[in-house]
Amino acid sequence: MIWRFGLFESTFAPLALTHWALLCALLLPLLAGLLAAFLPPRRGAPVLVVAALLLAAGAALTLDAYQTGLLRWQAEILGVTLSLRLNGLGALLLLVTQGVSAAAALYAPGYLRLIEAGPAGRWLWPLMGVTVSALSLLWLAADLLTLYFALEALGLSAVGMLLLSQKSEALEAGMRYLLLTLVGSLAYLMGVALIVGEWGELELSRLAVAVEPGTVAYVAAALLGAGLALKAALFPLHAWLGPVHENAWTPVSALHAALVLKASLYMLILLWSLLLPQTLWAPRLIAWLGGLAIVWGGLTAWRAQTLKSLVASSTVAQLGYLMVAFPLLLGPDIAPIPKALAWQGFWLQLIGHGLAKAAMFLAAGNLMLATGESSLKGLAGTSRHLPLSLLIFGLASITLMGLPPSAGFTAKWLLLHAMVLSNQWVGVASLLVGTLLTAAYIFRMFRYSFDERAPHHRYQPLARGMDAVALTLALAALALGLLAHFPLSLLHGGGA
Amino acid sequence: MNMAWLPLAALSVSLFAAIAIFSLPETARPARTVINLAAAACKVALVVLMVWRVSQGFEDTFSFQIIGGIDFVLRADALGVMFAGLSSILWLCTTVYAIGYLEGAANRKRFFGFFSLCVTSTLGIALAGNLFTFLIFYEMLTLSTYPLVAHAGTPKALAAGRVYLRYTLSAGVVLLLGVVLLYSLTGDQSFASEQGLDRYLSDHRGLLTFIFALLVGGLAVKAAIVPLHGWLPRAMVAPAPVSALLHAVAVVKAGAFGILRIIYDLYGIELSVELGVTTWLAAMAAFTILYGSLRAMAQAELKPRLAFSTISQVSYIVLGACVVGPFGTIGALAHLLHQGLMKVTLFFCAGSYAEELGIHRIDEMNGAGRRMPLTSIAFTLSALGMVGLPPTAGFITKWYLGIGAIEARMLWVVAVLVLSSVLNALYFLPIIYRLWFCQGPAHGVGEWPSEQRLGRFETHGWLLWPAVFTTTVGLLAGLLAGLPFSPLDWATRVAVGEYLP
Repeated sequence: MIWRFGLFESTFAPLALTHWALLCALLLPLLAGLLAAFLPPRRGAPVLVVAALLLAAGAALTLDAYQTGLLRWQAEILGVTLSLRLNGLGALLLLVTQGVSAAAALYAPGYLRLIEAGPAGRWLWPLMGVTVSALSLLWLAADLLTLYFALEALGLSAVGMLLLSQKSEALEAGMRYLLLTLVGSLAYLMGVALIVGEWGELELSRLAVAVEPGTVAYVAAALLGAGLALKAALFPLHAWLGPVHENAWTPVSALHAALVLKASLYMLILLWSLLLPQTLWAPRLIAWLGGLAIVWGGLTAWRAQTLKSLVASSTVAQLGYLMVAFPLLLGPDIAPIPKALAWQGFWLQLIGHGLAKAAMFLAAGNLMLATGESSLKGLAGTSRHLPLSLLIFGLASITLMGLPPSAGFTAKWLLLHAMVLSNQWVGVASLLVGTLLTAAYIFRMFRYSFDERAPHHRYQPLARGMDAVALTLALAALALGLLAHFPLSLLHGGGA
Repeated sequence: MNMAWLPLAALSVSLFAAIAIFSLPETARPARTVINLAAAACKVALVVLMVWRVSQGFEDTFSFQIIGGIDFVLRADALGVMFAGLSSILWLCTTVYAIGYLEGAANRKRFFGFFSLCVTSTLGIALAGNLFTFLIFYEMLTLSTYPLVAHAGTPKALAAGRVYLRYTLSAGVVLLLGVVLLYSLTGDQSFASEQGLDRYLSDHRGLLTFIFALLVGGLAVKAAIVPLHGWLPRAMVAPAPVSALLHAVAVVKAGAFGILRIIYDLYGIELSVELGVTTWLAAMAAFTILYGSLRAMAQAELKPRLAFSTISQVSYIVLGACVVGPFGTIGALAHLLHQGLMKVTLFFCAGSYAEELGIHRIDEMNGAGRRMPLTSIAFTLSALGMVGLPPTAGFITKWYLGIGAIEARMLWVVAVLVLSSVLNALYFLPIIYRLWFCQGPAHGVGEWPSEQRLGRFETHGWLLWPAVFTTTVGLLAGLLAGLPFSPLDWATRVAVGEYLP
């Protein structure tokens, strides 16, 4: 399991070009964000230039990681060894992070102008820059301290972005989120303290060797798990998520649901596979909760009154899909084939959901901006007047429903195959029930939009490119379903 | 020489048409019409090329790897090309008809966009080279037909759409489970593989039967086999061209075609018989045939009567597949084509009656033959074909099914065929009688419900000529059944391929 996360010594040193790409990937979002705070971009063009540079850096890193299997950097600062590593998985997550955040950033100028965000709008840029840099650092981090630093920066910048919308509900939701994320960090820190006190190791690969199963490992894993589950909004610790997503600005919700939540989940699976490689019950518990999350999230989304609360509840359910895969990734006695299938399915689902959920938030934001309504009933007649935004919403929901051809389908297929091979019928049932529930709430939304007896609204025209950005994300999620071969080969540790 | 681009191009033509239509504005009517017709004509040409290639003994295949051990495969084999031919020709006719039918209606962009996607999915189903690819297009079909069913946006249409989704998505989940179970047992099994699943029989007999039940159960919803048919009569609220497409080619046929693929190309006939599943399926199909006919008799409106008739007629295909032997197979395959041609005509006519004269109920049809002679001749010929009167195409399939049943010593099937023909006659002949022999508004008795003079002829030309064309083709399919490339000839070619490897 550990080798899959790239926690071993690498054979090849990174190329010189790759060093620059690394610096660019980590610092460019930060610097560009700071610059944009002083000179907020009014159009997409400057954002596009930065995004292209960033994606080029990501592509260079991915290419090198694919060829060598693993890239490693080490530096000693004040006596503490800090190390970064990038393997196929990290490269894939890095690319998705850059793609989704580029989309959110391209969407933002038009959005800020249309909602008349005023001076608060300029603060979005540096916060977004911190978020992207922190996420990139998180996929690269190879020790507990760097991970903690990235996680904390991520949480605080997310809270900051949420508060920007300046509504009183947003303030309340934001304060609750701040409190919870601090509690989560505290639990994480206590876990780290236990680990350091017992084994004296911060570096993940050395820790993996040092760890012995026992009470300390269990308590540390429980603390880390609780903290990260709270931050990742895993059922039943998800109650804060709905208000946050409903009140934040659309690009912020998109970024948060697609990437920020996934970062905590990534850390959870990474650290548990270090601390609890052979435990039976912890992953089972997560899986059971995941089954409940699918049902609960589906039912709340089915009853949702507003478009954004529908999308937010669907996130809870979609995280459930990832949770039910835990017993296939962790724990004793899993045959290699189901384990490999589940490994691919897990990450494909995570990435596919990230792309599709971002697309869905942006499409929902477009619908709400154009109609001026946030309730589902307000969508009546949109199928005639806003067909493109609705179509994008539909394309994104194909991935969420897990219907072909989409990343959601291919991922579900892999997970189902793994579950059938290892006789986990409860997991099979929850995935299939989840499909039907998702379809139920998605098509409920479409029924409102097909209503032809609607009163005639005045529709606000959208800024140029706002639909195009969402469409690109939705199509990427679909294409990933059929072209899954390359990303999955990256997951296997690349060509090396 | 493998022309891999050919199946891909045939598939992409309508996909690109859909994309082009979606990117045009709603008001760009002429451009949309040109794209629709050009794409449909292009597709017919490509499918004709595929038919020729298959007759020369080539099986053009396009494939790439999706995930480890699973490929996306499009293959132009004899059975697939047969269904592709039907869908592409009827797509052209239905497109022409729909352009006339939706003249001046709202949301035409959405309609034609999803219409093209629907045909893309149907062609994908026809050309799918393994079960995974089949599943992809089968689910795509569900998604692309929903906006067509709910097109009108009325509460009734939305309710019909909801019922349609409940049935088809649940069936999709059952089918998915079946496919996953099969793949975890056997791995990727190509439809072209000569080897059936016989080698798993000794160890996994129960599992194979269970998987068969899941697969066929999932497909039976779209094929509208009783008791899984509830969505179909409700989906009648859709516009007439949609009903025509749903009943003749796309949804119902996709289910029936899937069942044929499972029996012939996946399990193999010997294995299906060995498992005993064909007997059960034949019994269900026979029940559906009789039940559909009985319910059709009870309908007072034209479109629901045709809907129940579809339920009954499609099960002939399934029944033929379960009658073991080449004649049953020929009957089943030929009926796939014949029923499509006849049923599409009947729906075209029903739509024309509704548009031109406002006729929805059967008792309003008195004397319509005089007012709309060509439409009524088309209706009459197709209805007689449904009944199975010689020398229509419907007679040929029933004849082959009968011979097949006698050869397979399933005499009860013959009884079902005879009984069902009688029932068909009982619900179609009164309509024909009303059309031609009753005095109606055309004779000065009463008034049409809402008459419009849509065109120079008896109705709008775009509504009339597709019906005339499909009737002619249907008639020729019966009269010239012995010629090469007739539906019967092609069905025989497929059947010979199945039984004499």
